[in-house]
Amino acid sequence: MTRNTLAGALAVLFLFPLGWAAVASVSPQAGTAQVDGWGLGNYRTLAAYQAGIGQYLLNSTVVALLTVLFTLVTAVLGGYAFAMFRFPGRNVLFLLVLAILMVPYATLLIPLYVLLNQLGLQNSLLGLALVLAMFQLPFATFMMRISFEAIPAEMREAALIDGCGSFRALRHILVPAVRPGLITVGLFAFLAAWNDFITPLVLISDSDKAPLPLAVANMRQQVMGIVDYGATEAGVVVLALPCVLLFLALQRHYVRGFMSGALKG
Amino acid sequence: MNRGGWAYATPTALFVGVFFVVPILLVGRMSISDWGLFAGDRGVNVPANFTSAIDDRLFWPAVWFTVKYTVVTTVILLGLALGLALLVQESNRWTGFLRTSFLVPGALGLASASLLFYALYSHLPGILGTPGRALWSTVGLVVWRFAGFYMLLLLVGLQGIGGDVYEAARLDGADRRQTFRHITLPLLRPSLALCTILCVTGSMLAFDQFYILTKGGPDNSTITIVQLVYTMAFGGQNDLGRAAALSILVLLVLLAVNIVQFRGLREKA
Repeated sequence: MTRNTLAGALAVLFLFPLGWAAVASVSPQAGTAQVDGWGLGNYRTLAAYQAGIGQYLLNSTVVALLTVLFTLVTAVLGGYAFAMFRFPGRNVLFLLVLAILMVPYATLLIPLYVLLNQLGLQNSLLGLALVLAMFQLPFATFMMRISFEAIPAEMREAALIDGCGSFRALRHILVPAVRPGLITVGLFAFLAAWNDFITPLVLISDSDKAPLPLAVANMRQQVMGIVDYGATEAGVVVLALPCVLLFLALQRHYVRGFMSGALKG
Repeated sequence: MNRGGWAYATPTALFVGVFFVVPILLVGRMSISDWGLFAGDRGVNVPANFTSAIDDRLFWPAVWFTVKYTVVTTVILLGLALGLALLVQESNRWTGFLRTSFLVPGALGLASASLLFYALYSHLPGILGTPGRALWSTVGLVVWRFAGFYMLLLLVGLQGIGGDVYEAARLDGADRRQTFRHITLPLLRPSLALCTILCVTGSMLAFDQFYILTKGGPDNSTITIVQLVYTMAFGGQNDLGRAAALSILVLLVLLAVNIVQFRGLREKA
């Protein structure tokens, strides 16, 4: 079948760069720390770069986990409010959340740079995570709202009639019911925070506080302008590996997120 | 239920208020102020911020390049994504593998993907050496990173078309090409519209790929409009007022483009 051959060739083409990066990072190459034979020389360069890869991995992990936490808490409570309650300003607030999508990152980052300075959150991982969580809110709030709306009305009412307050109903009965939505929102928030580049580029000026993508990008300007491609390849592998593994493990939820995104249109 | 709504919505309201509404108002004020990166607010400076942003020698080249990049990327990316979606439309183990292969690059961040291609292209000397090649190399990277994402959106649309419609077309004697032109494409219009809007918006705001892969070169030929905003604010000029003015213009153009797109796509639908 020519159709299957074409499809197979395309699949190879899409997988090739990932495989290449993994192989190239451990293979011998002139101008890198791995000149003779195969080995982990490039990873040692990466480990020793400035504050050390451990520090940058820690920065990225802290930022990503904080972003996931802020996004989940805000979106669960907000989604619950929008789905279950009628309150003054409800529609205006929901539209404002969606309006975040319409504004370019660059337009928001200029005033956010000034604002975070005034809040004492300049150059801090906490400030970075708060901003990244804000960027996640349109998708996360929308997703949690439709998840809560999809719960059968009888189930919600039963929880309340049994004497649960609305918060207890949320905690014990409704949150377990929207778990797929939670996983999707958490996964997207993690990937977005782990991978974001322009936000830390603008908000983080202390190189010890840089998340990994920024650190690997900066690493290229090292050593008299000569680029160590081997260390870059190792950096790409460290950056990509958690994302690829998470994606493969949670692919179903990833797809689900896009499907609900498509419903919007 | 009416009680308690605001209690649950308060974190959302705080986030939106502090990190979205206040910044929007602030960027408006900055755009009419002489506002240095370190010096802060030094009074009103309008319309000088706007005129000096437009008079920047890189302004028109950046606008032109961003438009060119947006058109090229959108056409190629959506064409390929549609092809991929049709290729993996049926559901079985083989197409499941294919879908995963096309989707995996999307798990990487755009910055990571740009770094990957930066290293990959180092083995192909000169590939970033001329303005034309630098553009196409970047398009290659972006197509690799995003084709699966748009394939998935189109796949959702394809699966929304009922089997009975195809069955009716077959009974009417339509061949495969006629079915595609007169059934699939029209019914896929909402999904294609969504993809177009997302792709045009994303491409107009392109930054990471050019900042990392081409660094705007060679000879500033691949500077996008958002890169110009960044350069004005943080990349040497340290002029937040001017950058704010330019970024307000970007926001207005983006809104206008999206309104036109929504209108155009709705009328035809």
